Amino acid sequence: MSTEQTKLMMNGLWNNNPALVQLLGLCPLLAVTGSVVNALGLGFATLLVLVGSNLLVSLIRNHVADDIRLPVFVMIIAALVTIAELTMQALTYELYQILGIFIPLIVTNCAILGRADAYARKNPPHLAVLDGLSMGLGFAVVLVLLGAMRELLGQGTLFADMHLLLGPMAQNWTLVIIDDYRGFLFAVLPPGAFVGMGLIIAAKNTFDQYQKMQKLKAQPLAEAGSKRVRVTGTIA
Amino acid sequence: MSLEAPTSLMASIRTGAISLGVFAVLTAAAISLTYVAGSESIAANKAAAKARALAEVMPPHLYDQSLLSAPQKLVDYGELNVNSEAVGYAAVKSGNTQAIVLPVIAKDGYSGAISLLVGIDQHGFIQGVRAIEHKETPGLGDKVERKKSPWVDSFNGRSLANTPADDWAVTKDGGVFDGFTGATITPRAVVNAVHQGLLYHQRHHNALYSVAQEQ
Repeated sequence: MSTEQTKLMMNGLWNNNPALVQLLGLCPLLAVTGSVVNALGLGFATLLVLVGSNLLVSLIRNHVADDIRLPVFVMIIAALVTIAELTMQALTYELYQILGIFIPLIVTNCAILGRADAYARKNPPHLAVLDGLSMGLGFAVVLVLLGAMRELLGQGTLFADMHLLLGPMAQNWTLVIIDDYRGFLFAVLPPGAFVGMGLIIAAKNTFDQYQKMQKLKAQPLAEAGSKRVRVTGTIA
Repeated sequence: MSLEAPTSLMASIRTGAISLGVFAVLTAAAISLTYVAGSESIAANKAAAKARALAEVMPPHLYDQSLLSAPQKLVDYGELNVNSEAVGYAAVKSGNTQAIVLPVIAKDGYSGAISLLVGIDQHGFIQGVRAIEHKETPGLGDKVERKKSPWVDSFNGRSLANTPADDWAVTKDGGVFDGFTGATITPRAVVNAVHQGLLYHQRHHNALYSVAQEQ
């Protein structure tokens, strides 16, 4: 991987994560992360649309005047989402019945328009696809993490109902972490989404700050000044 | 301010409008093509999904022709809280209607209406109940879905004869149906709606079975 490609992956997954740093796409993110299975469904659908829209926008990047680029991007994304919905209905109806509710939500995800405008329209297709891939993955990882937190707190389980998304092989994936759990409604309802999201962002920022401090410590300290100061008592 | 815009501005408006138009036509064409190419299989998939949903509330020994082939209009559909477009589906075996699938809506769910299908045989015994559309709280009220909880199976075999009117309630209200943990409103609404479905079946028994007979 070249440095540009590594940088793209790191940006999407961590440094410029769409959910944690750009804070884009919060509307669908907060709405569907009540459980791991829903989070995974939305994450997967968003990833596909993001890669597709980045690719198309990058392909036409030299044929669209700057003034009208935004309406054109909106048309492309809306058409792509509609086509994806129709194709899923025609070819994989079972999958559509599961993911179908998430597809209209993708149109409300400004991360997709954001990536089209900020990256795909200035870069060649292969890099634009990689950017879509890393941003989509970064978004999906946060979705699944938040979904897991809320499902665990709210229902005491993990990976419940995964067979709805992954078929019969996932029938027995449900992990009952806390037996005879009475449920914690707060985590399942919208406030739990906001609080959980806040905690994840805080954790990321704390980690970043810790890393920065370690880096600073590793550097040799600047030479102490030569001015002598007589100190008596304590200086506030 | 002059009335005529500078030519360069006019030119850029013109090119902008034309290329926007071109993109609108292209994207619309792409969507139309997908729609035309897929509409047949989409319709087939929808019918198949509907048939599967109906088959879940009607055991196979009660019919020998597709449940979808015998839709029938419902008189006094307001009693089931459904609109005029909703239809019942007759289970026909050797030309005789054995049972019927009724659409029922429980209006008073925790977050709005819950759409149900209730399969009832001609003697008034419930063959199956499924929630086909609802917005209940994930993890609590959504246990009305058969995929998530077997709770709806507790209706199977019930009838107005073997379960008196007072018993059509959740145990918390002195009835015979268990609620589920953390949710009271959802099961209460569903129990009521299924009871309404059975009462409708009894009241309109003649209409339901004679109409189907003619088809």
